[in-house]
Amino acid sequence: MSEEIRSILKQHARLSVDVATIADDADLYQAGMTSHASVNVMLALEGQFDIEFPDRMLKRGVFESISAIRAAVEELTQGR
Amino acid sequence: MADFPLERALESVRVGTDLVEVADVRAAIAAFGSRYLDRVYTEREQADCRKVAVDPAPHLAARFAAKEAFLKVLRPSREDALPLRDIETRRSPGGWCELELHGRAKAAAERAGLSGFRMSLSNEANYATALVVAFESPWSAARGDTRTPSRPEGASIEHE
Repeated sequence: MSEEIRSILKQHARLSVDVATIADDADLYQAGMTSHASVNVMLALEGQFDIEFPDRMLKRGVFESISAIRAAVEELTQGR
Repeated sequence: MADFPLERALESVRVGTDLVEVADVRAAIAAFGSRYLDRVYTEREQADCRKVAVDPAPHLAARFAAKEAFLKVLRPSREDALPLRDIETRRSPGGWCELELHGRAKAAAERAGLSGFRMSLSNEANYATALVVAFESPWSAARGDTRTPSRPEGASIEHE
């Protein structure tokens, strides 16, 4: 799953560094992801994993790192 | 005003601003279409932007900047969930814009003791920007004083 997330980040997050060099727990906002780019990341994740982020998950903490995104996607795909 | 002197009022002012590239909005519309529009902007915001220009992207970008500028005023924690559609820019027939909060954003602003929002939007071909100003009640819980707040109510009105 982390590789799929990295692929989405490469395409949509507009990071100022190569996503391949970023640790799973690195702060993506510190790495250059803008708020607008984080919306694109969210929409791409929804399309990739066939999920929808509910309002309660629309917070900075959910999209701030690869590990945080993975945890959120795992929560939304649990039980499939 | 005796218990709300000017100096204290100025100390309670919060300001937020944001800058958005119009090309980013255009790219998001191209990539995600209505999914992007409907997750970020209210129906009224979308209608307002279509009404004022053939190309709504610069106006949508200004509204996105307004949402982010509001969040900078609010100063939420990383765990505060705030859907962007809860932060709405309303356009008056005369072209003036005001901030209208809903749901979680409205509740969060009330908890923070914020009121008297004012906003200003601007855009040109490549960039859009927004400025949001609000007063933090000197009696809000965020300031550690639990006296019942007596906040001025008021709409924000600025021209786009």
